[in-house]
Amino acid sequence: MLELRGLTAGYGPVTVLRGVDFAARAGEVTCVMGRNGAGKTTLMKAIMGIVPVSAGTVMLDGQAIQDLPAHLVPGKGLAWVPQGRRLFGPLTVAENLDVGGLIRGNRAKVRDHVLALFPRLRERLNQPAATLSGGEQQMLAIARALCLEPKVLLLDEPTEGLQPSMIALIREAVLRLKAEGVAVVLVEQRVEAVLRMADRVAFMAHGSVEEVAEAAALHPGARQFADFVGV
Amino acid sequence: MGFGPFLLLALMEGLVTAAVLSLAAVGLSLVFGVMRVVNVAHGEFFMLGAVIAWFVAGLVPGPAWMAFLAALVLAPLVVGALAAAVDGLVLKRLNYDPEATIVATIGVMYMVQQAALSFYGPDARPVAAPFDWRFQLPWFGYSGYKLFVVAAAVAVLLAVWLGMTRTRAGLVMRATQVDRDVARAFGIDVERVYMGTFALGAGLAAMGAVLYVPISQAHYLMGHDPLLLSFIVVIIGGLGSLRGTLVAALVIGLSDGVISMFFSPTLAKILATLLVAMVLVFRPQGLFGAKA
Repeated sequence: MLELRGLTAGYGPVTVLRGVDFAARAGEVTCVMGRNGAGKTTLMKAIMGIVPVSAGTVMLDGQAIQDLPAHLVPGKGLAWVPQGRRLFGPLTVAENLDVGGLIRGNRAKVRDHVLALFPRLRERLNQPAATLSGGEQQMLAIARALCLEPKVLLLDEPTEGLQPSMIALIREAVLRLKAEGVAVVLVEQRVEAVLRMADRVAFMAHGSVEEVAEAAALHPGARQFADFVGV
Repeated sequence: MGFGPFLLLALMEGLVTAAVLSLAAVGLSLVFGVMRVVNVAHGEFFMLGAVIAWFVAGLVPGPAWMAFLAALVLAPLVVGALAAAVDGLVLKRLNYDPEATIVATIGVMYMVQQAALSFYGPDARPVAAPFDWRFQLPWFGYSGYKLFVVAAAVAVLLAVWLGMTRTRAGLVMRATQVDRDVARAFGIDVERVYMGTFALGAGLAAMGAVLYVPISQAHYLMGHDPLLLSFIVVIIGGLGSLRGTLVAALVIGLSDGVISMFFSPTLAKILATLLVAMVLVFRPQGLFGAKA
């Protein structure tokens, strides 16, 4: 579904990603792990076209999309939940969902579908997004991305700073999306969460994917977690 | 005339100033809010609106209101198109860098000003009001056109507010204002939004000028005062805040009217500038602006 080959990208003269090879398949959760500065967030941004790609390809269903302007990427079936949520804070929950569905028809139906996934948001539709709790903001960030009806969903540390009950809700939503056939790419630092959700884990260091492992073959004390995450 | 009627007259004059100022300032505020561009050429877009109104008045035969209506439609369109060209040729190429665009719009300001001097000339020229009706109060008569200017500004500002809060274009502009990268990730063509916003801001300034020019005169240097006052208004109101811009335009306009009439126009400007300095010291984000 999503395949990166030799992806090189960065900010101006600074190269962050150095020849990343990576794949995500439909109906699977692929986790990306690595220390701070390994290039995980830049990887998400490069896939979305927000950080310019200097070499390599981003293939979605066999079509190269790395040269598309950033605003045309979501139309191809990619959605991104950024680190720190980055909601449109002064806009209401309903308006955030409207922005999410701007380029999709059938907005009412899609909105009903995502609100079924996060019913708590239905009570907050007219509230500015900035006034939601941290967990609710994360739900909204995911719901907003799902309004794009993506084939591939990129989630950048969605459980960061959340209480356990909220983390469970987010995990449940991710597993439901996986069951619906969405390819989920999840940047996550917590080993326990990765082992519960992932099908495969890509370990990054110094701007490239150094190793990919089947999640079933990993355990909390696995060498890769010590080598690439430092736990 | 007693103090009461004199104060009423001052307030009415202030209301007219506030109306014109709010139209000019709301454009500047929109451009800064959405694009983070401080448009130093904004006053020249205002001036161009007035100059175009003068040209249109000479070209359209028949009663003055026909030329006025034509100018009210044409000036914002022409100035908006020019602004869109400036966006595409200059601002976009600078990647909307906040510092570089200040310098670039200073250049645009001088180019537009000198072009107006070359093609329009150095003279101040009057433009006839679309109608000549006076509103008679027990103490004095007052220009019906000035009241029309206030009503027109209220209608335009209401339309801008409705457009920003109730339409898809407004939603797109507000989302872009908050986070342009995330907006892109939801399919918003940010560069197109910027071009539209810059054109809209300039068009609003031009519309303000068409309304203002019958109670003043068209002159190639007339953009300076609206630019200064617009900056004062948006700094006091909070850069990028529509509500703040309107409240500040009302405060500055009314105080300008009252202080100018009871004391002097220079004192009004001094006090407005002092107010800006105090806002910058004690509440740098402005009265209604969000903290950086």
